[in-house]
Amino acid sequence: MAEVLAHITGTVWKIEVKIGQAVSGGQTLVILESMKMEMPVEAPESGTVVEIRCSEAQPVSEGDVLVVLG
Amino acid sequence: MFKKLLIANRAEIARRINAVAQRMGISTVAVYSDADKELPFVREADEAVRIGPPPAKESYLNVEAILEAAKESGAQAIHPGYGFLSENADFARACRSVGLVFIGPPPEAMARMKDKSEARRIVRDAGVPVVPGSEGIVPSSAAAMAEAERIGFPVLCKAAGGGGGIGMGVAREPSELEKVFRQCSDRARAAFGREGVYLERYFDAPRHIEVQILGDGHGQLIHGLERECSIQRRHQKVLEEAPSPLFARGANAAIGERMLTAALAAAEAFGYANAGTVEFLYADGAFYFIEMNARLQVEHPITELTTGLDLIGWQLRIAAGERLAVQQREVVRHGAAIEFRIYAEDPVRFLPSPGTLRRFVPPAGDGVRLDAGYDESNVVTPYYDPMIAKLIVSGASREEAIERSISALGSFVIEGIKTNIPLHLRILQDAGFRSGAVDTSFLERLGKS
Repeated sequence: MAEVLAHITGTVWKIEVKIGQAVSGGQTLVILESMKMEMPVEAPESGTVVEIRCSEAQPVSEGDVLVVLG
Repeated sequence: MFKKLLIANRAEIARRINAVAQRMGISTVAVYSDADKELPFVREADEAVRIGPPPAKESYLNVEAILEAAKESGAQAIHPGYGFLSENADFARACRSVGLVFIGPPPEAMARMKDKSEARRIVRDAGVPVVPGSEGIVPSSAAAMAEAERIGFPVLCKAAGGGGGIGMGVAREPSELEKVFRQCSDRARAAFGREGVYLERYFDAPRHIEVQILGDGHGQLIHGLERECSIQRRHQKVLEEAPSPLFARGANAAIGERMLTAALAAAEAFGYANAGTVEFLYADGAFYFIEMNARLQVEHPITELTTGLDLIGWQLRIAAGERLAVQQREVVRHGAAIEFRIYAEDPVRFLPSPGTLRRFVPPAGDGVRLDAGYDESNVVTPYYDPMIAKLIVSGASREEAIERSISALGSFVIEGIKTNIPLHLRILQDAGFRSGAVDTSFLERLGKS
């Protein structure tokens, strides 16, 4: 299990994956927006999306869990 | 003059416009989103109206809410600042249609400037040099080769309908052109649903120099000399200075004079009135028009400090129908000034750094001015751009301005968020910067050194 964290404080702009989806390391899972910049959050390793703990337009803080990979 | 002015912007620029207006005896109305209600610009205005939740499209870009606030408060004019609605011709027309004065150029001039290929044609017809490029879309790689030979290598292939650099590619020599052209064409189709590639001369390390314009719409149009804006990262300016070191101690005087004349010709061709800026690329002894910005620039204070022009004051007086009382020969440069954009960002990784300003102690000293949008204990939220303040430092010479800047930046205390102050200090200590040899790839080189 790998928890994927927000690396900045901002808003969830887009969620690029669905629960159950297989992803590979480096793949974009979520795109965050902060201070007019869009920043992709990538999978640290290959795996399957077990949980999505955020929704689009939701404000998030640095360190919040966005996605759980299994 | 107007009795009441609504300021449709936030943070430092709203605060600055507010101060100028109040000094002129104009009553002010701030508009704010829920994210900004604790910021100084809301408190300092004579009145403040909430216009919506934090996202800009529901607040500072919400035309309906802003016009409603103007109506409710009885404002006669709206100053849009920069960004947000400042270059939106539809907003300017909407203001006019409800009897409000929009502080800016006529909407017709704004529309002419916004369309890039139309703007290019207008200024070229006025005798202003433009970046050599293809006339419209290049249909095939064979046609691209003929165009590229005419334009001169290296050439930049740009996707029609594109923006933000998507699909752009550089062909350094003829042998690379076919591949770059094909890739650009494919990306144009994938990203924008249509093929179509423009060619343009590519410059590796140009300078970005701009000229301040002020016109009253009654035939009086002057320039406010130039600003050097080459220190950029991803097309975002980081530090600006006036004068440009290119023209230091009388160097390149003939080119400088031609650039100022060209800027006036461009503004005239657009039918410009109020304050605006003509941007140029400069490379290898020649300059080329890029675009004209129909607004007050972020970096306008370095012009104010070195020429004495009161740009915001003139914006208001011109919009109220007054004539520009300054003659061109009265615009003379005194000393030098540098503006540092203080960004809430990690100076190494360039990531945004929102948070609470636990400590915020501005520097003081001769020639030091701070235009800040925030006070100590305010929260820098992630909803808007990362610029929290502008530090503007002037001196009798560029050298004096640099020395004063190093001391001001060094004593500027900001805790709770990360800022790019360390980056500014690195720039100031760089030998290339100190010699005035700057261009738009300066920061990229600094990052690698």
